[in-house]
Amino acid sequence: MQNGESGVLNQFQQGNAAAFETLFHQHQRAVYGWILRITRNPAAAEDLTIETFWRIFSAHARFEPARGFEGWARRIATRAALDWLRTKRTENELSAEMLDAVAAPVEADAAVTAEIRLKTAMAFARLPPKLRIAATLAVIEEQPQKDVAAALGISVVAIKLRVFRALRLLRKDLEEQGIRP
Amino acid sequence: MNAHDEEHMKKLLQQALPPVKGDSEQRRDLWPAVLRRLDARPAAPALTGWAGFNSAWFDGALAVGLFGLAAFFPASIPLLLYYL
Repeated sequence: MQNGESGVLNQFQQGNAAAFETLFHQHQRAVYGWILRITRNPAAAEDLTIETFWRIFSAHARFEPARGFEGWARRIATRAALDWLRTKRTENELSAEMLDAVAAPVEADAAVTAEIRLKTAMAFARLPPKLRIAATLAVIEEQPQKDVAAALGISVVAIKLRVFRALRLLRKDLEEQGIRP
Repeated sequence: MNAHDEEHMKKLLQQALPPVKGDSEQRRDLWPAVLRRLDARPAAPALTGWAGFNSAWFDGALAVGLFGLAAFFPASIPLLLYYL
């Protein structure tokens, strides 16, 4: 770690507002991007980015400069996004437009119809938030499992378990709707 | 669900919910909003004494309790793992 960077982190830990502003401008894009991956909702991601940086500044005294800022910020952002998922009825907000709004283009499988995709997305939205967030980051966004584990504050084994449970529940939900995945 | 089913479900999920575009950026500068938020709800000062009850203490006690439960009732380990 460079001395300048280390100095900013130490100043932030002591509650220095200028250091906080520097860190905000360095990390806001990454924090916003991470939250957007979880929420898939740009407006919510912006609000949660603001909430995250408010939480970050509130917790400055507990920050450990030696452990770096990015992982700590990501963990706080993940917690804020998880709180949002817990309070939102995401299923009610899902629509084909929203699903495509922030999604990168992918090569569609001809065997998977638009109806199946929508039903799968809706079934996924019904999963418990802690399973959904693990599957979103590890499966949909293909983030390294150790990064997802660090962001959620759990072990890699626990991430694997959550992903497995999410996929099993998703499959069960689809089967109950008469869809044989 | 076997490994093949798991892979199939992953592919279906990726088809239903493609990953977010990597270049997605926020539509506005969020710094003014962060400042307004800090003005409206100033960051809480560090607490001391009982009011500054440190959650790390509670986390430690919880960990000891869970280890104790696992040691005295090994049958509870799968249940604990399930609820991780």
